[in-house]
Amino acid sequence: MNNIFVYCEIEDGVLAEVSLELLTKGRKLADTLKCKLEAVVIGAGLQGIENQIFPFGVDILHLADDSRLYPYQTLPHTSIVVKLFEQEKPQIALMGATSIGRDLGPRVSSALHSGLTADCTSLEIGDHEDKKAGMHYKDLLFQIRPAFGGNIIATIINPDCRPQMATVREGVMKKEILDPDYKGEVRTIDVEKWVSSEDFVVSIIDRHIEQSKVNLKGAPIVIAGGYGMGSRENFNLLYDLAEVLGGEVGASRAAVDAGYASHERQIGQTGVTVRPKLYIACGISGQIQHRAGMEESSQIIAINTDPEAPINAVADYVITGDVAEIIPKMIKFYRKNTK
Amino acid sequence: MKGLKIIVLAKQVPDTRNVGKDAMKADGTVNRAALPAIFNPEDLNALEQALQIKDRIPGSKVTVLTMGPGRAADIIREGLFRGADDGILLSDRAFAGSDTLATSYALSQAIKKMENFDLIVAGRQAIDGDTAQVGPQVAEKLGLPQLTYVEELMEITEKHATVKRRLERGVEISSCPLPLLLTVNGSAADCRARNARLLMKYKHAKTVSEIQNANEDYLHLYNDRPYLTITEWSVNDIETDQGQLGLSGSPTKVKKIDNVILQAKESKVISSSDEDIEALMQELIESHTIG
Repeated sequence: MNNIFVYCEIEDGVLAEVSLELLTKGRKLADTLKCKLEAVVIGAGLQGIENQIFPFGVDILHLADDSRLYPYQTLPHTSIVVKLFEQEKPQIALMGATSIGRDLGPRVSSALHSGLTADCTSLEIGDHEDKKAGMHYKDLLFQIRPAFGGNIIATIINPDCRPQMATVREGVMKKEILDPDYKGEVRTIDVEKWVSSEDFVVSIIDRHIEQSKVNLKGAPIVIAGGYGMGSRENFNLLYDLAEVLGGEVGASRAAVDAGYASHERQIGQTGVTVRPKLYIACGISGQIQHRAGMEESSQIIAINTDPEAPINAVADYVITGDVAEIIPKMIKFYRKNTK
Repeated sequence: MKGLKIIVLAKQVPDTRNVGKDAMKADGTVNRAALPAIFNPEDLNALEQALQIKDRIPGSKVTVLTMGPGRAADIIREGLFRGADDGILLSDRAFAGSDTLATSYALSQAIKKMENFDLIVAGRQAIDGDTAQVGPQVAEKLGLPQLTYVEELMEITEKHATVKRRLERGVEISSCPLPLLLTVNGSAADCRARNARLLMKYKHAKTVSEIQNANEDYLHLYNDRPYLTITEWSVNDIETDQGQLGLSGSPTKVKKIDNVILQAKESKVISSSDEDIEALMQELIESHTIG
C-alpha cells in the first residue's frame, strides 16, 4: 500500500524509453520514501516482459495480459488503472507525457479526483507547511514545471488527494539499470473482472507506425534554429552544418509554430530533451521552456543578433552576429582544420 | 437528417507565444495586462472541425462553451463571427483558481444542463498550461468515450465518427459511436476566417452583464433580436457540489512560483570575424567536441 506506481507503455513487446526513465526516477523516489516501486503493464502477449522491468528495481509488477488490450485504447486501460489504484492506493503515480499517458492520465485523475501535473521537468520529495490551515505535510511530491509560456517555474503539490500524479516527457529523466539480477513479484490482473464489453466501443481500423526519422536524442551534436532564422529556407544552413559536423537539426517551438521545421524536431519542455556534446543555438532567444530541453548539453554555442538574448546566459560561447554569415564560416574553418 | 448537436469547448488564453520585453514586471512577475487575450489556437482547430460537420450535415448546430471572466465573451463572439450558432459563457468568482480537474467538473456540470448533444469537440491543449487534460477529464466525468490528437474527421454520420489521430510516430484511424468527445490537434485544418455577414449580424452580441453596461441607444436591439444575447451562466445556474469548485475543488496547489532567473555561465564572447570563428573551430576540434 501507498507505494509508487509507474504506468509502463509498450510497443511491439518493447518497453518505451520514457517508461524505463520513469522507473529509474521512481526507484530513487521510492528509496527516499522507503516504500516499494510497482509497475503496471497492460497489453497483449506479455510473457517474459518482467525481464525488461525488474532490473530497474521494480518490486511488484502488475500485469494485465489480454489480446484486446493492445494496441492501447482509452477506456479499457482507464478501467484497469482506476480499479488497480482504488485497490492499491498508490501515493505517487507516474506516466509518460506521450499520446498514451496524456490520454490516460487525465481520465484516471478525473475518475479518482486526484491531482495531475503535466510535463514535469523535475520531481522531488519535500515537506509543506500550510500556515493558513495549520497543516504540516511530510514527504509530498514536488512537481516542478515551467508554466505560463515558460516565464515562470511552478512547483505544484497535491497535499490532500492521492495518488499524486505526474507526467514526464521522454528524455527528461535519465534511464539507469539498478541491478540486472533484481527480482520482483509478478501479480496478474483478472482482466475480465475489471473491464466490461462497453469499454471496447472504439475500433482501431488502421495503424501505421512510422519510425521517426529524426534522431535528436541520440545525436552527439545538435544544431538548433529558432524564430530568428526567419524562414524555412534559412534552415538549410543548419542542415548544411549538421551534415558537415555529423549532427542533427533541432528547432525551438517558435520556429516549429512558424512552420520553419517539422514538429518532430522540436526541442524543449513540450518537445524532445537533448544532452549532446555540442549544442549550437541559432537565432534562438532561449525561453525557459526551450532551455529545459537543452541546458544539460556539454557545450553550448549561442549565435544571435541580440547580445541580451536569454540563451546567452547558458552558453559557453556567445557569438553576436548574423547566422547567415557565421555558419558558412564555421563550415569553412572546420573543413580547413580537419584536412 | 436532423443534424448533429455539437459543443465546442474553447478557452481564452494569454498569448504566451508572443511574449514581449514588457511581459515581465520589474519584480519578475508576469504582467498579464501586457499579453493580449486570444482564442486558444487549437480550440480554433476544434471549432473548424465542428463547422465542417455543420457544412456536411445540414441542420447541425454548433454551440461554443467557455469558462472564464466576463471578457471571455470575446471567445463566444469570435465563434459566432466564424459560424457557430450560439454560445454559453460560464462565469463566476466561485470558479476562480480552478485547476484542470475543477475546470472539467464545472464544464461537465454545465454540459449536463445543456440540451442533448452528439459530439463535444475541444482543442488538444491550451497554450497557457499545455496540459491537454481538460478534454479527457470532461469525457471521464460525462462517461463518454474519447478520441484525442485528432487531425482529420474522415467520416461522420449521426451515429458514428471515424477520425485520423496524429501520434508521435505515425497515425491511427479509429472509429467510435456517438456521443463522443474529440480533442483536435494543431495539425488539423486551420479555422476559417470571420464571415463578413456574420460579423455584421453578431457585432452587438453581448452577455447580460455586458448589456447592463451598454450604451442605452442599443438596448432595444436585445429585445428585437434575441440571438444577440449571449447566454451567461453563474454557479447558481448549474448544479454543483461547492467542494469541487474553484480553488478548494482543485487537488493541485501551487506551492511556489520561481521567476526565471538566469544563472549566467562564464561565457566566452566571440566576434563573427574569420579569426575568432577559426579559433573557435580549432578549439572544438582539439577538445574532440567535433571532428
